[in-house]
Amino acid sequence: MRVPILKQGKYLIASIQSALSDYELLQLRDDLAAQVGKYRTRGVIVDVTVLDVMDSFAVRTLRAIAQIARMRGAETIIVGIQPEVAFAMVQLGLTLGQVETALDLEEGLALLDDRTRQDGNRDAER
Amino acid sequence: MTPKDEIHVPINSDSDIVTARQQGRTMALEAGFGDTDLTVISTAISEVARNIVEHALSGEIILRIEHNGSKAGLVITARDDGPGIPDIALAMQDGYSTGKGLGLGLPGTKRLMDEFDIVSDPEIGTTVIMKKWRN
Amino acid sequence: MNGKKKEVRRRIPGEEFPAAGQNALAVEEPTAELLTELVAHLRENRTQLREEWARRITESQFLTAMTKEEVFKEATAVYDNYVAVLETGSVEALQAYALDLSERIIPRGVETREVLGIVLLLRDVLARSLFKKYQGDFALLNRVLDAYEPAANRIANTVAVSFVRERERIIRQQQEAIRELSTPVLQVRERLLILPIIGVIDPQRARQVTEQLLRGIRANRARVVVIDITGVPAVDATVANHLVQTVDASRLMGATVIVTGLSSEIAQTLVTIGVDLTKMKTVGDLQGGIEEAERLLGYKICSSADQGFAKMA
Repeated sequence: MRVPILKQGKYLIASIQSALSDYELLQLRDDLAAQVGKYRTRGVIVDVTVLDVMDSFAVRTLRAIAQIARMRGAETIIVGIQPEVAFAMVQLGLTLGQVETALDLEEGLALLDDRTRQDGNRDAER
Repeated sequence: MTPKDEIHVPINSDSDIVTARQQGRTMALEAGFGDTDLTVISTAISEVARNIVEHALSGEIILRIEHNGSKAGLVITARDDGPGIPDIALAMQDGYSTGKGLGLGLPGTKRLMDEFDIVSDPEIGTTVIMKKWRN
Repeated sequence: MNGKKKEVRRRIPGEEFPAAGQNALAVEEPTAELLTELVAHLRENRTQLREEWARRITESQFLTAMTKEEVFKEATAVYDNYVAVLETGSVEALQAYALDLSERIIPRGVETREVLGIVLLLRDVLARSLFKKYQGDFALLNRVLDAYEPAANRIANTVAVSFVRERERIIRQQQEAIRELSTPVLQVRERLLILPIIGVIDPQRARQVTEQLLRGIRANRARVVVIDITGVPAVDATVANHLVQTVDASRLMGATVIVTGLSSEIAQTLVTIGVDLTKMKTVGDLQGGIEEAERLLGYKICSSADQGFAKMA
């Protein structure tokens, strides 16, 4: 199943609905990459609340999504990582590196507002 | 032992990885594992199943409940007939990877489990046997 | 709590209570016949034998934590279960009853030796009544005892094992509770959790602390966590790695972790063994940690004297 991507203002929200195969994850990456450019998005949120496993492939793909989005001018925030999943990830040795995280969608949106406002101020100062 | 106590999941493509870890989670849940262990077990299965898809193209995951006195555990066997791992010691070092992974695959998986054994031979392929005991 | 108990108790397929003479009941016909006769005898003399047993329990000062009526009631139930096992050869009902009984009497301080004692008393009371009944026919008495003893041993075993098992389960449960109490996750403000760790950290505890904290982060929607390790006597590489993992996992859930209370000795040890703490935000003491946390959460820190000024400004 394709992950639905919702456009909300200057942000894109991808909310994962079920366990994803590697192929579906890569499809999400490609879809997001295309849409970030198309809509001149400032921020991307990937909601992983329903995922009960984040293995090395999932983490690698999420990091790739963030890197691609950044190159095209958008911040990415991963939201909804569950306690058990976070625990297993660190045991496996996985982190999201520089990619930002938030507790849930609401927090993620607030964080994006915060980030893009800061950027906006910086742009204005120049 | 009834046949239901052992499940074989063939691994031929990336969608089989999802099937394998879901079967493992169900079996571990029935054996009474807690939430964190369920996730830890599914993650470990995901890693070894991916190892099969990336290096050997096909193989299988065998899931089995084992009893040792009053302890119950889940035994996960990942078997493939791929090219084998030339240097297991090297593959088990943190940071080493031949595939497209983050280089954490096998050593990371070992950290998730209570027991972890790996045998590899270029003629026969690779077999990983790992166990998680219920607390 | 009930659900948890059931889960622990759930019988694992293929696992049986170890029993003396396990196959003793599945023997040839004569034994079965003798057991039938035995069961009839025990049924016939139920009132008298049960009273005799209750009397001996009181005499031996067993189960002093229970009233006479309670002892008699339980004795009746055990007696009937006992006879049922002899009749059917199946210990399952007795096992369930023994677990249930143990659960009721363990909190009242009944000890293993008492439980074993009363079961052995019953065995004795019944054996004596058999002696009396068959004393005229020594050969028959022998055969009756041959049939009775393995079954009686098995029953004693079942009851004792059930009791010990229930005790162990309760002990485990209490250990769990103590461990949870020893590391409270405290919410001091909205979105701010404090986790004071006191005492030695072993891998099992580290894991539990982390799990508790992560659940606390979700439940309290925490954005900042202060982990205070002032009360941790020693930090070696293993403990430090657990700490790093806890910080990383919290971070994945969107919370920032501040570690406070790293003594200079511990700090030096960590540097010497080469633990990478650069990813970790550390502040000297708990108070400083909370102030930093409040700053991160967007609270303004000002002393009460400054408050008028802050309002004006």
